[in-house]
Amino acid sequence: MRVVFRDKSWELEGKMTVKKMLEQVGVIPVTVLVVRNGKLLTEDVLLEPDDEVKLHAVISGG
Amino acid sequence: MKCNKCAQRAVFTMRHYKLSLCETHYMEWFVSHTGQTIQKYHLLRPDERVLIAVSGGKDSLSLWDVLIRLGYAVDGLYIDLGIDGGFGYSALSHQKIDAFMAGHPETRLHVVDLAAEYGATLPQIAGRKRRGREKPCALCGLIKRHEMNRIAQAFGYDVLVTGHNLDDEAAVLFSNVLHWHTGYIARQAPVLEERTGLARKVKPLCRAYEREVAAYALIRGIDYIYEECPYVEGSRTLMYKGMLDQLEEEAAGTKLQFYVTFLHAKKDGFFRDEEALVELHPCDTCGQPTIAPGSCAFCRIWKEPER
Ligand code: SF4
Ligand SMILES: [Zn+2]
Ligand SMILES: [Zn+2]
Repeated sequence: MRVVFRDKSWELEGKMTVKKMLEQVGVIPVTVLVVRNGKLLTEDVLLEPDDEVKLHAVISGG
Repeated sequence: MKCNKCAQRAVFTMRHYKLSLCETHYMEWFVSHTGQTIQKYHLLRPDERVLIAVSGGKDSLSLWDVLIRLGYAVDGLYIDLGIDGGFGYSALSHQKIDAFMAGHPETRLHVVDLAAEYGATLPQIAGRKRRGREKPCALCGLIKRHEMNRIAQAFGYDVLVTGHNLDDEAAVLFSNVLHWHTGYIARQAPVLEERTGLARKVKPLCRAYEREVAAYALIRGIDYIYEECPYVEGSRTLMYKGMLDQLEEEAAGTKLQFYVTFLHAKKDGFFRDEEALVELHPCDTCGQPTIAPGSCAFCRIWKEPER
């Protein structure tokens, strides 16, 4: 699957949960929203190998 | 994972409330939770004329949307600082606000164009000042505060609303505690009461996690400016937010508890607001209340000789 975050992206092998995916790319879960096809995903959702997910940064500088 | 209120798939989990909700129920929850914050801290009364400071970002646009849904009459104020950053930051922010307003013809937007009004953009004026050269943020804060108050007074708004969320408030509190800025700590609150010449200021999102606001904006389809102001890079606030996020990841609810227990301690009289006792007098240039003798800090920005 392909994971996109700002100007970075990763290619990950196989199926895994959102939680596992965040662990693999090393992003702290509370700092992002995970979006697939414009829809928000909870941490337990199982991602398929051909999924493309976007990480949406939550924090702004303010 | 199922929604805690219906059979639909949950899209968002709030570990700190042990609550997972579907799109519909999350939208409902967020609006009513903001309404509860407004009640709890006596922020707004139903008949008041409200002015919201909007930046084009997710917090101010989401809050505007929520306040309208709660039935308040809310107009917007956009302060065009003339920041470019290589991608037209200010212009793009303004576009996002116009797009939002197109869906809300009942609202009105006040625009203060700094360059047109005072002859210089924020980057220009910052370049001339010793204290603005490194980072214009202190000047920016000063300008925004002054102009928000000026427009609120000039057009007779009862109350000024800003989109500060829980993460903003927790980061400020964290910083103030680290440095024991007791005066600032005493004044940090969801509502700053009105004083002669100063409009009341309120923060209805003070109990809303930044993550909750972002989820609301995303589900609601609010098109906001995702890019940051170019000057935010390396800011202390961002650093503190990052640290608080690490704590939050370890123990859900940390940020909320940090802020809410602070408000309780304050209510119990742990911090005394010295500033409330300080005499203010009108600035001899603009008339806004100030502690400085003569002109207020804002008016001095435009008067000081260039160096
Ligand atoms: S980052 Fe600094 S300059 Fe940019 S909007 Fe915020 S306070 Fe103003
Ligand atoms: Zn539901
Ligand atoms: Zn003045």
